[in-house]
Amino acid sequence: MKYPDNLRYTKTHEWVLLEDDGIVTVGISDYAQDALGDVVFVELPEVGEQVDAGEGVAAVESVKTASDIYAPVSGEIVEVNTDLTDQPELLNTEPYGGGWIFRIRPDNPADVEKLLEASAYREFAESQ
Amino acid sequence: MDYTPHTPQDVQAMLERVGAKSLLELFKDVPQPILDPQLKLDPPLSEAEFMRHLRELAAKNQSAAASFLGGGIRPHYVPAVVPALAARAEFLTAYTPYQPEASQGLLQAIFEYQTMISELTGLPVSNASMYDGSSALAEGVLLALRESGKMRVAISQGVHPEYRRVVRTYAEAVGAEVLTLPLVEGRTALELPEGVGAVVGQNPNFLGTVENLAPLAEAAHAAGALFVAVVDPISLAVLKAPGSYGADVAVGEGQPLGNAMAYGGPHFGFMAVRSELVRQLPGRLVSETTDVEGKRGYILTLQAREQYIRRAKAKSNITTNAQLTALMGAVYLAALGPQGLREVAVRSVANAHVLAERLSAIPGVRLLTPAPFFNEFVLELPKPAEEVRRALLAYGIHAATPVPAEYGPKGNLTQAHELARPEGNLTHLALFACTEQHTEADLEGLEAALREVLR
Amino acid sequence: MITDTDVTVDSPLIFEHSRPGRRGVLPPRAPEVDLAALLGAENLRSEPPKLPEVDELTLVRHYTNLSRRQIGIDVAFYPLGSCTMKYNPKVHEAAVQLFADLHPYQDPSTAQGALQVMYELQRDLGEITGMDAVTLQPAAGAHGELTGIMIIRAYHASRGEGEQRRVVLVPDSAHGSNPATASMAGYQVKEIPSGPDGEVNLEALRAELGPHVAAIMLTNPNTLGLFEERILEIARLTHQAGALLYYDGANLNAIMGMARPGDMGFDVVHLNLHKTFTVPHGGGGPGSGPVGVKARLAPFLPVPVVVKQGETYALDYDRPQSIGQVRSFFGNFGALLRAYAYIKMLGAEGIKKSAALAVLNANYLKELLKAEGFRVPYDRICMHEFVAQPPEGIKTLDVAKGLLEMGYHPPTVYFPLIVKEALMVEPTETESKETLEQFARAMGEVIRKDKEWLEHAPYSTPVRRLDEVQANRKPKLRWGG
Repeated sequence: MKYPDNLRYTKTHEWVLLEDDGIVTVGISDYAQDALGDVVFVELPEVGEQVDAGEGVAAVESVKTASDIYAPVSGEIVEVNTDLTDQPELLNTEPYGGGWIFRIRPDNPADVEKLLEASAYREFAESQ
Repeated sequence: MDYTPHTPQDVQAMLERVGAKSLLELFKDVPQPILDPQLKLDPPLSEAEFMRHLRELAAKNQSAAASFLGGGIRPHYVPAVVPALAARAEFLTAYTPYQPEASQGLLQAIFEYQTMISELTGLPVSNASMYDGSSALAEGVLLALRESGKMRVAISQGVHPEYRRVVRTYAEAVGAEVLTLPLVEGRTALELPEGVGAVVGQNPNFLGTVENLAPLAEAAHAAGALFVAVVDPISLAVLKAPGSYGADVAVGEGQPLGNAMAYGGPHFGFMAVRSELVRQLPGRLVSETTDVEGKRGYILTLQAREQYIRRAKAKSNITTNAQLTALMGAVYLAALGPQGLREVAVRSVANAHVLAERLSAIPGVRLLTPAPFFNEFVLELPKPAEEVRRALLAYGIHAATPVPAEYGPKGNLTQAHELARPEGNLTHLALFACTEQHTEADLEGLEAALREVLR
Repeated sequence: MITDTDVTVDSPLIFEHSRPGRRGVLPPRAPEVDLAALLGAENLRSEPPKLPEVDELTLVRHYTNLSRRQIGIDVAFYPLGSCTMKYNPKVHEAAVQLFADLHPYQDPSTAQGALQVMYELQRDLGEITGMDAVTLQPAAGAHGELTGIMIIRAYHASRGEGEQRRVVLVPDSAHGSNPATASMAGYQVKEIPSGPDGEVNLEALRAELGPHVAAIMLTNPNTLGLFEERILEIARLTHQAGALLYYDGANLNAIMGMARPGDMGFDVVHLNLHKTFTVPHGGGGPGSGPVGVKARLAPFLPVPVVVKQGETYALDYDRPQSIGQVRSFFGNFGALLRAYAYIKMLGAEGIKKSAALAVLNANYLKELLKAEGFRVPYDRICMHEFVAQPPEGIKTLDVAKGLLEMGYHPPTVYFPLIVKEALMVEPTETESKETLEQFARAMGEVIRKDKEWLEHAPYSTPVRRLDEVQANRKPKLRWGG
């Protein structure tokens, strides 16, 4: 199970990357994709949508479960990963790469700092 | 008569094994004051006694098998092969095919059913069935509202009044507003209100008129709404498929397809949609797939839409639907084939046109349904329809379904929330339906009886 | 015609039996008519629907062979938890034939027998559940739930509390249809956690109750098969908060005739006639989901209600406070008739005895399975069903697939969600002691199989494990097209 150090995490198993342009990219962790099993569908949010931290904005379906994906920070959705429409399996094969889900322009970029660091998330995930 | 196999010795041995002294002790968690109440029920009957009692009750009914009653349910002939196959105990006594390895029979039958409904409606995706036509429509409307993100429904007055009431019940529960598009000379008016997310038309409409719904579908799309078509499955043997005139969702009542009228149920509803809407679809869906040996098989799919996974966020709460009656529909369609279904439709249409001509020639009777009409039509009678329906019974004829006054020339359009009861108070409007079962003699007989009744 | 060579086919589709011009059932001869003149050329379809063209014998063999690829109660023991797969008496199928040709719009004076059946069934279901008024209209359990919750909504609205009461509480062990129903009726859903004993946690309930709560939906016995011992207290707290108590009747079989939801304090109850009252499940319907209510909620029932005026039965539509209609006509009459037959033939004693033996069977099977090595997380006297787990290290899915190889339909798996690797077992009262013993031995045999065998079972079913991921990622929902 991988927990890249350059990312931040949430207790709802999203990972978050604050990019140089101030935009935040969001996906689900390796731990989360493993727990879900084969992902068969990703319901993406709408570009331009204003979202609040903790709000369910996307959903990931495997064969027998469906999980909401929560916005880790408040802001505006600026891009969604449309590759997932045809290749939902990217969430399983490349959770931290091609399997990213959406990008948010955060209202307050400093909010990212409040999220879990890799070590803390790892400890949390593995105690589940 | 109960159906328990336990001998007293069995009960004793089993109680010992579970560590209880009596059957009543098994209910020790139930608060004492409410345990084992007196029940006021009739004394139990043996099977023979029950069937005798039931025959006595059945004798108080009159068969409507040769009737001219319509309005969603019609006395089409049910070929013997349909109930014979559906009565196979393996189908009858199974539950939802959650375990596909042991349920290939039903799963394949559903896959075939989905294909047939797709062919009839001209839409690529059909679900496995809904409860009935009216609830299928209500779910179709909710689907359209979810997809469009709007909370207003515009429904043609040409849609069956009971269906409109069901839509109203469902829509109001989620806070959506239901508005009625009036019929003008038997056709749905095209002026859509602002902010609609779902537009509904019916073809043939409740008066029996074949409406060209393409302009309504176009208007719906221009307004950013989805178009939902309510269709009669028999008519689709000859009439344009809703998918070909812009319907996003097609729904209807399956009873005419090999289901006995059974005093209104159980039958099945069908629902088909455009491919892009598949994840909004309520209910079961079966997909073809392969097993570990590469063998073709069938399985329930996209279950994450459903309540037992998605819970509060499910697309619908529907669980048990109408699998066995939908299976009867599929057997019927396969038994008739495209030619047979066409012949049923054509003969029903031909009978209706002969009958309409005969009846509207009676003094005081006027044909209210504008042409072209399919196999049902509405007459304005010189007497109240309920009275006529009752008087015709003396001639052994069931006909003249009372139609709500809102459809009459002087009738005010009632908004969905004000709809009169379907039996229609003192309306002089009556609906007549023909099927392939009616003979020339039946048509003559009804004409003669109606002349007498209206004399 | 079978053209796809990538797959092995031993059950052709009806479409693959089709040959152009072949005919099955012939309807009465249709006259020559000019359809374009009668219906308008612009309204006609240019091509007929591609329906199968088969002769009647091919049709019969096709569906008969499909039925042989299907397990039902009449084939094998079917202990599917929460679904009450009890024997469906054959006399019920004979009974419905007597009422097949009635039209819902025929004059009610010509359907007095049918209306009497409905009237008496309304009364008898009210008596069995302890409710004052009953509607027979809902077409299935979930449909009944929706009707019941709409009635609750209408009740609160009539008291001016519609806007304020926006939340429906459900336990975390509830059937998925409960939260789905509440949100379909426009409510917010709040889950309340179960306590360590598997019952509703009273403290958690107290914390959630308030003037914003419209109702609590409970299944009793709950989905763990346990009777909520504190039900009277739950009812008191609920009513004190001005909320109503909703009874999900999925598990009524455990207590039918032995304890009445109405006496427990429930205000609204839906029944699943296809579970408790032996209407055949039909592969997933049609069912029937009547709803019973206490007197103060009766004005809100859907129309029509069957009433008796002197010696005549009639349909009453004149109910100004009604929620309206939830389906066309009067309900699934054929299903109602089967339930009527069941109640008339069992009577009060038969109903009580059936519930008691359903409970005895469940407890007996629980003991047998424990002896075979299964774990039972909430191990006390259960009601009509119980939740077990396979021994550590064995997956429930594999147990289910192994049971298919043994010829049984497996129990409900992975439900309720609050028990990991759950196997929810409901034997029902119509199974014999020997059947339960044979089944327990088969369960034991399955968990003693080696890992390799388990992971690949079943072997001799019409198909083996299917590619579900493929079916979900790229669903193929119709033939051809």
